[in-house]
Amino acid sequence: MANSSMTETATHSDDNVLAQAAAWADAGHKVALATVIETWGSAPRPVGSQLAIREDATFVGSVSGGCIEGDVVIRALDAIQSEASEVLEYGVADAMAWEVGLACGGKIKIYLEPLTHS
Amino acid sequence: MKQETLKQILSAQAAKQPIVLASNLNTNEQLTLTPDQIGHPDWMVAALDAAIRSDKSRVTDAPDGTPWFFNVFNPPLRLIIVGAVHIAQPLARMGLEAGYDVSVVDPREAFASAERFPNITLIREWPDEALQNLALDARTAVVTLTHDPKLDDPALHVALKSAAFYIGALGSKKTQATRQQRLTDAGFASAEIARICGPIGLDIAAKSPAEIAIAILAEITQTLRQERS
Repeated sequence: MANSSMTETATHSDDNVLAQAAAWADAGHKVALATVIETWGSAPRPVGSQLAIREDATFVGSVSGGCIEGDVVIRALDAIQSEASEVLEYGVADAMAWEVGLACGGKIKIYLEPLTHS
Repeated sequence: MKQETLKQILSAQAAKQPIVLASNLNTNEQLTLTPDQIGHPDWMVAALDAAIRSDKSRVTDAPDGTPWFFNVFNPPLRLIIVGAVHIAQPLARMGLEAGYDVSVVDPREAFASAERFPNITLIREWPDEALQNLALDARTAVVTLTHDPKLDDPALHVALKSAAFYIGALGSKKTQATRQQRLTDAGFASAEIARICGPIGLDIAAKSPAEIAIAILAEITQTLRQERS
């Protein structure tokens, strides 16, 4: 899982994350999207990787190797309520490292945004 | 993200057109950008071009210091398999799973049948015609599997004249040597011929068609990732 962080090519073979988000929204669900926007050190997923989260905490895709998805999902449920976007940072330097840190020693910045009607 | 913005990205993907979502990380303003648009500031056009060309999403600061995230959605990488043979069946399936837009080229209809290749684009034409029409580019991998010079060689001729990031040809060392001789006779320089990976695939002592497909896809992945990163 040791990737070369910033130099990693972002691919969108997980395109179905966005398709799933759209399908959920069309079915009347509330949805948030989390996207990896920057990585340092050995981050498990490249910039551009996405997670789609539904209001009942169902999710598809990934923004790490499973290290921080749990926390991102919880924050996404808040974002769905507040309809506010925010940037999240995770890493060994994070105060919450014991709970949601990255075992690999990398750092990840995530852009979390609710899917809105207008 | 507005639902309308999401729909724009999905339609661009369906049309296999590149699109970039630019997000202002301070104000959360979002724009969908495509290469043909006009009227955007120069720095934004430069960031858009760089993201599409390098296939890399990134944060770029505007001249006023505002951070913007450019998320590039390029069309999928393409895998063109010449020869609808047994190995092509698992390779086509695995290529789809790895995110490639897979096409199988074989003029022999008994080989290139929908029964053998469900959900795969089949092109029942001669490989040189087919590959010319496919406009091979730097985001395309070409694999020849027929063993038959009448089918493999014309495909290799087109592939060698293209920017394809990977070219692989099935065949033993002996087959490789005779192929190299034919390509030399056809006027290709040894540096050009050296672009062909053969014997194809990473050496993992693969035996079954599925194992050989794994070796081929592993080599394509290695070429893509090691050379680009």
